[in-house]
Amino acid sequence: MDHVNAEQPGGPAEEHPESGGKPVGRRLVLGMLGLGAAGVAAAPVLQNGLESFLGAAADKDPTGLTGLLPNGGGFRSYSVTSSVPRKNADTYTLKIDGLVDRPASYTLAELRALPQTRIVRDVQCVTGWRVPKTPFEGVRLSQLLDAAGVRSSAGAIRFTCFDGAYTESLTLDQARRADVLVALRMQDKPVSHSHGGPVRLYVAPMYFYKSAKWLSGITVTKDVRPGYWEERGYDVDAWVGKSNGRDDAPTT
Amino acid sequence: MRPPHDSAGLPAETRPTSERVAEAAQPLVDRVRRFTPAERWVHRTTAALMGVCVVTAACLYLPELAELVGRRELVVRVHEWSGLLLPLPFLLGLASRAFRADIGVLNRFGHHDRQWLSAALRRDKSPESRPAGKFNAGQKVYAAWIAGATLVMLGTGLMMWFTHLTPLTWRTGATFVHDWLALTIGVVLAGHIGMAIADPESRRGLRTGSVSREWAKREHRLWRP
Repeated sequence: MDHVNAEQPGGPAEEHPESGGKPVGRRLVLGMLGLGAAGVAAAPVLQNGLESFLGAAADKDPTGLTGLLPNGGGFRSYSVTSSVPRKNADTYTLKIDGLVDRPASYTLAELRALPQTRIVRDVQCVTGWRVPKTPFEGVRLSQLLDAAGVRSSAGAIRFTCFDGAYTESLTLDQARRADVLVALRMQDKPVSHSHGGPVRLYVAPMYFYKSAKWLSGITVTKDVRPGYWEERGYDVDAWVGKSNGRDDAPTT
Repeated sequence: MRPPHDSAGLPAETRPTSERVAEAAQPLVDRVRRFTPAERWVHRTTAALMGVCVVTAACLYLPELAELVGRRELVVRVHEWSGLLLPLPFLLGLASRAFRADIGVLNRFGHHDRQWLSAALRRDKSPESRPAGKFNAGQKVYAAWIAGATLVMLGTGLMMWFTHLTPLTWRTGATFVHDWLALTIGVVLAGHIGMAIADPESRRGLRTGSVSREWAKREHRLWRP
């Protein structure tokens, strides 16, 4: 044991190695608190960088591991399937059928040729995250419905997606709102694959699970058929701040 | 607690004969008291609450688990309350003199701790180059880090829980910190548990309150129980 003691500084204050020393533990605790506060303050900058980096990585990641990483207050990608096929201007079509007089099928170019509406609102996810002032741009759903000629017996819309699993629904009245879009652009860029591109639904006043990604089908139905998450407990009428037991500020 | 120990700093050979005789007279199965029951309960309840936090977090965060478990509302409540209660065992533990003394020991870093840390950074595993008191420097760093991290998680968690208390930008910042720190805590906690699994005698210390004198001498040779 003596060689150990010989190595101690052995000042009068450090007769026993455990009796003295600097309060490093306290400094570490305070340092963590400081880092936490700095992280909260710097989050907008940090998460922008992380979001673009992780978004790009996720698009090229066959393992899906990047999907497990947090993406802070930016958008988080939730997909209900393990992989989603890619569609582009050549391969994408949007079908409109069901209780309509003129079933139709639109290519991406045809959708782009229609009058576009741009809406800038906050995006609110039911899991809590909110992204301020996000522009969406696309064709009003009401316009597509009018072109197809909705029959008088119709009462609701069912949306299907080319991921093969996700579905959503709106009542006809909700679907005819001016702030419900078949969105082609998001954040002033074409909707990327990870955000549900090339075409996604955008239901501005509702929680973001209503804004189905990878939209491929619009079927007019008699009654509301609950969508994917709604069969799993989420509210069908998903007004922000007035549903799902949450009190977020409305996004209308 | 450790009795006043005038001879602690002196080499073994120069200690009073009476002390050495007393040591030799101890029974063959030689156990050293390491933790009082109060301290063990603080660790146990903290570990249980942390476990609930981690498991519920996983169920909220991983889509596969979230679908398997469902009941999101209930899982959220359990997560919130287990997180809120997490510091409670520590605060109650402060009533115990032994616990307070150990917190003091964990707080203070001496010269030997620096030596231990630099050996750890060099991946030098020999006991000679890793002097340690009752707690080694790694344990001290872990204790302080997890305490600070828990407080940050508590603060950011409360901001996410009571959304009307703070402006939106704070809340998104809190979500950001809460998520990434959760991931970090998961990794660090796995390390903590992994090291405990690798050292049965240290686990015995927390389970029964005592460790073998041989283990104490080898792993914590500057410790004077």
